Amino acid sequence: MSEELGYWRSRVFSTDHKVIAKQYLSLGLFWALMGGATAYLIRWQIAHPDTEAPGWGFIAPDFYNMLVTMHGTIMVFFVAMPILLAAFGNFLIPLMIGAKDMAFPRLNMLSFWVFFLASVVLMASFFVPGGAAAAGWTGYPPLSAKMEYTGVGWGMNLWLLALALEFASFLLGGVNFLTTAMNMRAPGLTWFRLPVIVWMQLTAAVIFMLSVGPLIAGAVMLLMDRLIGTTFFLPEGGGEPLLWQHLFWFFGHPEVYVILLPGLGIVVDVISVFSRKPVFAYRPIIYSTIVAGFMSFIVWAHHQFISGIDPRLAMPFSITTIIISVPFAFVIFSIIATLWRASITFSAAMLFALGSLGVFIFGGLTGIFNGSAPVDIYIHDTYFVVAHFHYTLFSVVFFGSFAGLYFWFPKMFGRMMNEALGKIHFWLTFIFFNAVFIPMHLVGLRGMMRRIANPMQYEFLKPLEPLNMFITLSAILLLVSQVVFVINFFMSLARGKAAERNPWQANTLEWTTDSPPPHGNFAAVPSVYRGPYEYSSPESAEDWLPQDRPLTASRTAVR
Amino acid sequence: MLNWFPENVSTFGGEVDGIFWLIFYITTVWFFITEGLIVYFAFRYRRKPGEKAAYVLGNTTAELAWILVPLAIVVVLDLWIDIRGAAVWANIKGERPAADITVRAMGKQFNWEFTYPGPDGKFGTEDDLKIDNDLHVPVGKVVHVVLTSKDVIHSFFLPHARLKQDVVPGREIPAWFQISKPGEYEIPCAELCGFGHSGMNGKLYALSTEDYEKWVKEKWPPEK
Repeated sequence: MSEELGYWRSRVFSTDHKVIAKQYLSLGLFWALMGGATAYLIRWQIAHPDTEAPGWGFIAPDFYNMLVTMHGTIMVFFVAMPILLAAFGNFLIPLMIGAKDMAFPRLNMLSFWVFFLASVVLMASFFVPGGAAAAGWTGYPPLSAKMEYTGVGWGMNLWLLALALEFASFLLGGVNFLTTAMNMRAPGLTWFRLPVIVWMQLTAAVIFMLSVGPLIAGAVMLLMDRLIGTTFFLPEGGGEPLLWQHLFWFFGHPEVYVILLPGLGIVVDVISVFSRKPVFAYRPIIYSTIVAGFMSFIVWAHHQFISGIDPRLAMPFSITTIIISVPFAFVIFSIIATLWRASITFSAAMLFALGSLGVFIFGGLTGIFNGSAPVDIYIHDTYFVVAHFHYTLFSVVFFGSFAGLYFWFPKMFGRMMNEALGKIHFWLTFIFFNAVFIPMHLVGLRGMMRRIANPMQYEFLKPLEPLNMFITLSAILLLVSQVVFVINFFMSLARGKAAERNPWQANTLEWTTDSPPPHGNFAAVPSVYRGPYEYSSPESAEDWLPQDRPLTASRTAVR
Repeated sequence: MLNWFPENVSTFGGEVDGIFWLIFYITTVWFFITEGLIVYFAFRYRRKPGEKAAYVLGNTTAELAWILVPLAIVVVLDLWIDIRGAAVWANIKGERPAADITVRAMGKQFNWEFTYPGPDGKFGTEDDLKIDNDLHVPVGKVVHVVLTSKDVIHSFFLPHARLKQDVVPGREIPAWFQISKPGEYEIPCAELCGFGHSGMNGKLYALSTEDYEKWVKEKWPPEK
């Protein structure tokens, strides 16, 4: 089929979910370069304030504010979302459920091109007079609501527009994910035979769709405040700055789980495959993530303990926040239990999955400090918070995505990645990541505030200079380490060993078709006989048992 | 313990630090248990020729107990942290002790403007004393600060007193502190407030009662 479509329809304006997934992946990786570049400039300025950053030049305070704003925006909305949700979700959901494509292939194409448009708009915002948005990735008004406060004009409007487009894109994608998984599962593939990653993608899509509405409304209100003189968030016209914070975080906290769950799903799947062992407590893991997903709607004000909300409101939110650790603790304990009595192979994918788990636990534990309202009085808006959320987000967005890429690369591109380079990439990333972010907690505990361009302007922060220099050096090394991945990625793409159908001897359906799968995915619709994690099952002589392999006994496909 | 924090000089700062250390000890134990198990299992159960992994689904009560018992401990510890924390929170942000002196602080791009009521003890009168960035207070007295903003959101941060409170335009937000040691401490702004955010920094002069009286005599407008 694809042969007849020609270059444009098969490679650019394609409706094939696999091509769309790769498009999201490419754009997400491109934005990751931008995110890394902004991180480099931010770190340079903090460690060596008001000196020329090699390869760039001086970083003025207003430019610095733009850097921190765009770093957050890019990493959350233009790297994490397109890679974890859109790329992996698009690629894996149809293949894992035995479907030919998404339920709405054209809608799928539209969602990518809307996201592409969002990317163009965000990129354009760097080049308009006044520069890109500089009010923080959270865009708190009144700072974000009036040009006179930041000097940023169209940059801020385009920022809002880019976010609105991106949300529209992911709403389209979410509808597609859910419809596809509900209606197009292969015969025998019941809900509780779905891989955990599919469950997590679906839960993430539901959380996203339920939470994003208020923020879209908020974005429109903020745009109106800026463009036509309304005062929704401006007190001089009777508006309320805190309203934006509620709308933003009502979305913003669930959004954390929208990013987290797909990453966690990758970790669960990869760990099961390379442990040759079923996922421990498969069903309760799914229940736990759904519970955590819904709890994520009642924790948002923990971002606002000291924002001026009624202090009596803090404790209820502090309690829900700390209690949300329970379902996640369940998932984490279960993943650890999966390793118990396993038979573990340390592939690059497995190393990244284990690294993701280890790093995420650290971030989850430091979250307890932030969730405690009295401790938050002191650490709010300090580098402790920055260090904390990099542990939670970097673990899934980078360690998780790398685990997924090393694991599914053969299926995506039909070639194997270089394992040795992959392992070097892991160790460099793991070491330098911790070298950046462990000391960053200490910097935060000494009181260093977020988003200040020059800590040397403060007497009490001056002693932190050597520590900040160490962090910056480690951050540069962390960035440089990613060159190993880039080389491996492109070399494997061009000259990697041809991948067989199932190089990891995994059970799920995507491994039963060619690498890469043809247009339409499967030669014949597979029938499913069991759950996705029947590794080392006594029913099989080997240590794996694919979902679609009938056993000779009277077991037949359900439905 | 290590010198992780700036010196605490407020009456309630020790309580904040106390909750921090409570959480620190609890999470440190969990850190070593969980990460330790990962490392131990990874080493102990690495692939060996001829050995098959155990087929354990984790769907029986006996197996799930390995998860549920630690989970119950997590719940108890969570509640402990919450209950201990609630008392400290109420002390700092809830009911305030009666004021010995009251000061108004207005955040504006990119300074703190402090206002003293002057000799008549009332704000909004002619003898009010306005000073940019310097806040003088007596040690050992309860100081109320009424926080307002002229433009954008700022955040009033006294790292040495473990106090932080956002300052929101259109609102008057109360805060209080009581300094226990004379000295000079910084009052940075902790919320991004524009291109001059970095460097928006006031100074708190915590003076002995006599020195404070002296300062009042020198600086405050004469009584009419």
